[in-house]
Amino acid sequence: MGCGCKTPEWITGSRFTKAGLIPVVSTELTGKDKRGEIMVRLGIKRMHYTVAPGIYAVGTPGENSDVFVTANYKLTFDMLRGELHGLSAWILVLDTCGINVWCAAGKGTFGTGELIARIAKVRLKEIVSHNRLILPQLGAVGVSAHTVTRETGFKVLYGPVRASDIPAYIADNYQKAPQMREVTFSFSDRLELTPLEIVISLKYCLIAVVLIVVANLLRYQRFDLSLFNGVLPFIGAVLTGAFLVPLLLPLIPFRAFSLKGFALGLAGTIALIVLSRAGLADSIIYLCFLPAISSFFAMNFTGSSTFTSMAGVKLEVGIATPLIIISVAGGVVMELLKTLRVI
Amino acid sequence: MRYAYLKNGESLVIDGNKCTGCGICIDVCPHSVLEITEGKAMIIDKNYCMECGACRLNCPADAIAVNSGVGCAYAVLNGIISGKNASCGCDGDTSGGCC
Repeated sequence: MGCGCKTPEWITGSRFTKAGLIPVVSTELTGKDKRGEIMVRLGIKRMHYTVAPGIYAVGTPGENSDVFVTANYKLTFDMLRGELHGLSAWILVLDTCGINVWCAAGKGTFGTGELIARIAKVRLKEIVSHNRLILPQLGAVGVSAHTVTRETGFKVLYGPVRASDIPAYIADNYQKAPQMREVTFSFSDRLELTPLEIVISLKYCLIAVVLIVVANLLRYQRFDLSLFNGVLPFIGAVLTGAFLVPLLLPLIPFRAFSLKGFALGLAGTIALIVLSRAGLADSIIYLCFLPAISSFFAMNFTGSSTFTSMAGVKLEVGIATPLIIISVAGGVVMELLKTLRVI
Repeated sequence: MRYAYLKNGESLVIDGNKCTGCGICIDVCPHSVLEITEGKAMIIDKNYCMECGACRLNCPADAIAVNSGVGCAYAVLNGIISGKNASCGCDGDTSGGCC
């Protein structure tokens, strides 16, 4: 004690074992837990939403109880403990620097070495008398099951991809139905991810709004609402890439995300030109800037998707990025010419 | 709903001589790319393979080869700009949609 740190309110007690006292955690998520989820979905303090690595208990587990292994991202930890309601089990939390299981496994922090070290550190062999660990299936990207068994004696069972399938998995005697193995990317999965995409794009929006306003101030030499000309089309282009493309993903043709973004951005830009009856110069400026911007933000959604290979993303980034830069540069040149009243 | 992407699964190769048909690769594959046929793992749907590498890492017979890495434009761009491998960092990185 005397460390000044407060015990989190989701720790409700402790359980005595041969390896010492182990904190018992609640399986009921509180309003505070849910508010925390909304915050991280909006990208607020997302990188500091962690729980301390180590071992925890739910219910009243004993030496025969299951051990579930997870990441120390609190959102992940909360999903798991919420699904263990009514069960007695141990939760072994690896140090993944507050990153979710799949991404952490991709980087190797949810990995073989960390799991082996954590088993020793919490003295798991003194807590349980069996040798089974249940890992989320997506942890397999970072964990080599046979290596863990060779080094520690613990056998790794890969459970379902989604924590919500755990009760059914246990009820079915640790048999994984085929659909429990599949990563999905449904409309609601995608909708959940878009607030973060939008928040991340806000930073670019702010910079662009300042640039657009300053450019218009130089051009018109007076301060009125016309300074904000160009801001709305720009924001529309960003939202097309960061919000509409993710939502409509399977409905837009092309495999490359940048092409999906370009196509939807182009459709929006043509609609804008027709509806606003833009002149030739403005039309060219719109066509240079807007589809390219949508394309860029759509391309960034590859990182949130569940099916893109690195080789494919490298190919796409390598081709699209120079084209996006050229297109935007062309738009900047057109703007300059317009400001200098050349066109 | 299953999605295909560019170059998916191009680097995935199974060595039929080494494969013992244990099935762990099928257990860890998130996109049902593999199947056991006549006691050997076979690729049945290359198009859906995102090259995550879970099968290679967990194959006790070392029978699978695949070039895995993060399929994230932000990470790839980061890698190009910093001259390092594509990565979204574990170092308090707060920007980027990756992970």
